[in-house]
Amino acid sequence: MKEEIIIAGFGGQGVLSMGKILAYCAIMQDMEVTWMPSYGPEMRGGTANVCVIISDKKISSPIVTKYDTAIILNQQSLDKFESAVKPGGLLVYDPNGINNPPTRTDIKICRIDAISVAAKLGNSKVYNMAVMGAFLKVKPLVSFENIDKGLAKCIPARYSDLISLNRAAIEEGMKSVEEL
Amino acid sequence: MAEKILMKGNEAIAISAIRNGVDGYFGYPITPQSEVMETLMKERPWLSTGMVVLQAESETSSINMVYGGASTGKKVMTSSSSPGISLMCEGISYMAGAELPCVIVDCQRGGPGLGTIQPSQSDYNQVVKGGGHGDYKNIVLAPASAQDMYDFVDWGFDLAFKYRTPVVILADGIIGQMMEKVELRPQKPRRTAEQVSQDAPWATLGKTPDRERNIITSLSLEADVQERFNRKLQAKYEEISRNEVKYSTYMTEDAEYILVAFGCSSRICEAVTDILRAEGIKVGLLRPITLFPFPTEQLAELSKKVKSMMSIELNLGQMVEDVRLSCEGRCPVGFYGRQGGNIFTPEEIAEEFKKFNNLK
Repeated sequence: MKEEIIIAGFGGQGVLSMGKILAYCAIMQDMEVTWMPSYGPEMRGGTANVCVIISDKKISSPIVTKYDTAIILNQQSLDKFESAVKPGGLLVYDPNGINNPPTRTDIKICRIDAISVAAKLGNSKVYNMAVMGAFLKVKPLVSFENIDKGLAKCIPARYSDLISLNRAAIEEGMKSVEEL
Repeated sequence: MAEKILMKGNEAIAISAIRNGVDGYFGYPITPQSEVMETLMKERPWLSTGMVVLQAESETSSINMVYGGASTGKKVMTSSSSPGISLMCEGISYMAGAELPCVIVDCQRGGPGLGTIQPSQSDYNQVVKGGGHGDYKNIVLAPASAQDMYDFVDWGFDLAFKYRTPVVILADGIIGQMMEKVELRPQKPRRTAEQVSQDAPWATLGKTPDRERNIITSLSLEADVQERFNRKLQAKYEEISRNEVKYSTYMTEDAEYILVAFGCSSRICEAVTDILRAEGIKVGLLRPITLFPFPTEQLAELSKKVKSMMSIELNLGQMVEDVRLSCEGRCPVGFYGRQGGNIFTPEEIAEEFKKFNNLK
């Protein structure tokens, strides 16, 4: 099993931390991971993306150009990465701010209105966990037990109240995802 | 089982320095290695192990702080990226000349000049062939994972003290920025004052009545003395070449073709090997883990058996010269590289490999 994922959006949407939490959940499930961020000039222009690879074997190349899944949070990223999804792959996107939705017919496309989920939970910072929940609903790579363990690794113990909030956002994301 | 933490290669360097009882780190920020000092500042090891962490005013200054710390027999280190390493080369040459141990991390970005902040391996020649002036070499270790970054700090200090010479960990933007699982080793205490004077009897810790004074210098104005010293240095490098070569191989046993790659490129070439093997082409990979000393003999042996070799680097052809010298014309040696922060994909290298070898 090997899943190559690109997560892309604006800086501040929690793209890099979503990748990190996802990677930690996979580590808790005893899988191998790599997390490779863009840190170059494009990042300084306000967009952020990270490539996360999860595998049950040792990962050779951390650099790939075709992905099993693209998690897309803005129009620029959709324009850049829609064509990079492998045929039969998955594209998860948040429709807020998207004027030209994805058009490919040879991949599975899912929509998650994560802004509404975060608003419902009263904390905009859990936006990225709603998106991650949507992804994990469609591709259940990690168990709930390991999601909890992964969250606990990423959130300091003194903010333990935030673990339940993030967990709630993941669950809401799972409920709200629509397959198109 | 030891705890496994998800961390960047740069963070692994910092955490490893603390856990391996390093006495001091002196540095100056530069992308893509700034997380080394950021992590050290966040961890505040001066409160736990007593390790000194200091941001100098420039790379020139930080390498000379390393020179000073090393003169007292302490385990001291610095890190930087390509343009910063260029500034440090004077100090590194002086340390080689004064026979001082230290660990220097070079998290390479693209050059020349300010170049790009993106990953590159274009400082192979600079670091492996010395970088500064004079007949000297650095021991050069090439990590390919965050775990390597963690482990090579300890290994680097072992070698640095064994041979009294600077050791460079030659990483790049990918290995520094990428997060992977890292297994932490047990905390080692910093050495006590007694241990330091035992391990480094040459250190300038104050003269005692039972011995001559210790002098740390690279200045030697007398021709014969300087020549004798330089021959001694060369003998040391020969000893290092005999004892410390480290490399790994992947599917070389029955290989008809060999890829040679170090650091991040070696990982990408593992994927290339898998792609080509799936097509029935018998390819193997040799990854030099030490760049000096270079696995010359191992490549020479392989060159007697294979149809060709190809060096794959994120530069425009540097290590390939050492591969050719190792093969001494026994087989053709090709090269493929990318630059400017462009990273080759496994498929792209596989295509270039087939082109070079006239394979369909």
